[in-house]
Amino acid sequence: MQPGLYHILFISAALFFIGVYGFFTRRNLITLLMSIELILNSVNLNFIAFNKYLWPGRMDGLFFTLFIIAIAAAEAAVAIAIIINLYRSHQSIDVNDAEELKY
Amino acid sequence: MNGSDIIFYLLAAMTLVCGLLSVTTRQIFRAAIYLLFALIGVAGIYFWMEYEFIAAVQIVVYVGGIVVLIIFSIFLTQQAGEKMPRQRLDRKIFAALAVFCGFALTMVQVYKQVYYTSDAPAQTATVANIGKKMLNVNEEGYALPFEVISMLLLAAMVGCIVIAMRQKPDEQTAQPTEKTN
Repeated sequence: MQPGLYHILFISAALFFIGVYGFFTRRNLITLLMSIELILNSVNLNFIAFNKYLWPGRMDGLFFTLFIIAIAAAEAAVAIAIIINLYRSHQSIDVNDAEELKY
Repeated sequence: MNGSDIIFYLLAAMTLVCGLLSVTTRQIFRAAIYLLFALIGVAGIYFWMEYEFIAAVQIVVYVGGIVVLIIFSIFLTQQAGEKMPRQRLDRKIFAALAVFCGFALTMVQVYKQVYYTSDAPAQTATVANIGKKMLNVNEEGYALPFEVISMLLLAAMVGCIVIAMRQKPDEQTAQPTEKTN
């Protein structure tokens, strides 16, 4: 069977729910961040697939993907700064140990 | 089935298997390496769809930037070779159930949906085309989002510096006594 839009939508949905599963079951902040990256990648894949198969005359999906990648990079950098700061004050990056909002 | 199809299925299998291993393995460093291969698989799918520029950006930003950042933070915060504690079984079962139901619902919707394709002549996503569109201020241009993203990146950089900045020496000496109280 020739791979087409449905195949890529299947991969994208599967990747999204793999990320959601990781988000539900993990308790470590860095692995939570990895799950978020998987979810964002599935969204990007969806945008590119729709752009290629349904709307090839415009490049809107491509630009959405580019901007999502840039935002994901900024988000990861800020999240890791927060995680390292949390480790400095709590000696742990488990979400159950980070109960207070400040200090 | 020709060679292109086989490559697609291989890339898809690599992406999904590595993604699944990345969220289920108990060793955090292995999770990061599996995530790396899952992202490379996604980049391969972009190459397969002939969006070479996006594939290159994916490899440069995700594989070269974010995964390296994650691995650095693992080295800074984790003892080497230590496994993560096992998650409770009931929580795993409920998560798997919820994820399976959501996935089934999504796929039913995807296959029921009727998609309309446009007949407009296809634009090839060459770098020249992308560059012209990105800096175009006309109706089809993306100059405004481009500027907004540049401001966002600047704000994120300043935010990271502020968050990660060390406190002043007098505050730092005062902090341990505060903790013991």
